[in-house]
Amino acid sequence: MKILVCLKQTFDTEAKITLSNGKIDRKGVSMIVNPYDEYAVEEALKIVEKDGGQVTVVSVGDQQAQDALRQALAMGANDAVLVDVGDKELDEYSTATILAKAISGMEYDLVLGGFRAIDDGSAQVSGRVAEILNIPVVNVVTKLEVADGKATATREIEGGNEVLEVSLPAIITAQKGLNEPRYPSMKGIMKAKKKPLAKKTLADLGLDDSQVAPKVKAISFSLPEARQAGKIIPGEAAEAAAELAKLLREEAKVI
Amino acid sequence: MAKGIWVFAEQLEGQIKKVSFELLSEGRKVADTLGEELCAVLAGKDVAGLAASLGEYGADKVYVVDNAALENYTTDGYTNVIADLIKQYEPSALLLGCTVTGRDLAAQVAQRLQTGLMTDCIGMEAVDGQLVFTRPLYAGKVILKASCPEARPAMATIRPNTFPVVSNAKAAEVVTVDANVGEIRQVVKEVIRVASERPELTEADIIVSGGRGMKGPENFKILEELADVVGAAVGASRAAVDAGWIAQSFQVGQTGKTVSPVMYVACGISGAIQHLAGMSSAKCIVAVNKDEEANIFKVADYGVVGDLFDVVPVLKDEIKKVIA
Repeated sequence: MKILVCLKQTFDTEAKITLSNGKIDRKGVSMIVNPYDEYAVEEALKIVEKDGGQVTVVSVGDQQAQDALRQALAMGANDAVLVDVGDKELDEYSTATILAKAISGMEYDLVLGGFRAIDDGSAQVSGRVAEILNIPVVNVVTKLEVADGKATATREIEGGNEVLEVSLPAIITAQKGLNEPRYPSMKGIMKAKKKPLAKKTLADLGLDDSQVAPKVKAISFSLPEARQAGKIIPGEAAEAAAELAKLLREEAKVI
Repeated sequence: MAKGIWVFAEQLEGQIKKVSFELLSEGRKVADTLGEELCAVLAGKDVAGLAASLGEYGADKVYVVDNAALENYTTDGYTNVIADLIKQYEPSALLLGCTVTGRDLAAQVAQRLQTGLMTDCIGMEAVDGQLVFTRPLYAGKVILKASCPEARPAMATIRPNTFPVVSNAKAAEVVTVDANVGEIRQVVKEVIRVASERPELTEADIIVSGGRGMKGPENFKILEELADVVGAAVGASRAAVDAGWIAQSFQVGQTGKTVSPVMYVACGISGAIQHLAGMSSAKCIVAVNKDEEANIFKVADYGVVGDLFDVVPVLKDEIKKVIA
């Protein structure tokens, strides 16, 4: 089984965001593998450990995204492809176009990815890629079984779960709960340095700028106004609770 | 020329989701500003009877696709139907709730129509004939304003509880459309609904949430009792979920659900930045924590420094009294 995992490098969840010239400043920010994509890598590794196969990780990003791909290689993926777009402005339409073009040139039975990235959180690239590749998508999956050319996926829906079956190839996106991603071992990290990591440009994929022009236009970035700390209600537990109930009713008018 | 603001009327088992009414209410305003029609699009099995209710929140027109194959939501079935309708009627915008279904459907439809999609938005305004959407990025640490200036329809998913529901009784024109559901590649094998009397977390007006300070799964009963007094949903922080005290589906935060309730009551939650990412757009935040240094107090409108096991049960009784 050949599995492709789409992976995005994102800001660390603890990262402080600053703006420079009205744009998000990326300088000096520590970068991580999008946590949802780690679930996807882990799931791919589990499948090939059981049934045999090959795991390729694919990313659209800048040079620095190599670090994220190396981490996936250190976890156990076989090889990696980076489509280096430098600092080109992309939206989800652009990214999906690029990813789908890269994927369409590869062999695959299954494509995995996180259901969303923690940076822009838009949760739409996988669905778009599925549409371009004309393969079915199943999103927010918490349990996956792959057998006989089919995937059986349990996905989270509001107020419950549902079990879906799709024929492969398909795109499945991971939700927290799918598995516990492994940490790369020291040996894995050493090995990862020698694993193949192919770099491609948009021109290598046969894409020109007009084909990846964003549909969405960013107008402005701003930092939100910090929430102000409110009142600490003094007194013993019972006294404070009584006062709180009164304030919620009379002042905040939320109950 | 593309014309008409469309709202996807999401329904589940014959009930329209509140977020759809919110989108119609706010959609009415921008449609008036832009001088366009406001339409709802309703798809499902045996849903025709729901169409009239959409007029009550301002829809001029309701497109209804009633088809047995749409009984359960599937990406393919709903994408085929909605995308075909859009190709036929060419609306200028399509708004969906940022729900599990709205998000899933929006991505696929946007790609099929080669258009832009802004997700998880918390604001919408009409500026110079364009819809401009506000969306938080990086867990709310940055706010982006964006539009889809050329491609049509401009698409957006909007976080539940962003807009108030406003009655605007209209007799909506109901247009029944015979759409082709097409091939559905996702075969639904089983749907498991967890019965709950409490509202859905992302739609709830009030959420009572517990963290590490809950100390164990059995203690969530205290929160449930408070929740039931005010018709709230119960939530949790990552610490409580990772400890195995409560299911993942209750988690609020960066790797859980994003919520915008009227009131969020954080009990025994320290307020890690990843948790705040999921709830800081709540209109009123209440924190109960033993640790007066806890980060949660920096964002709370009302704080009680104390043991939640002492405070919460009394709070429940006191709230009962004041709302009686």
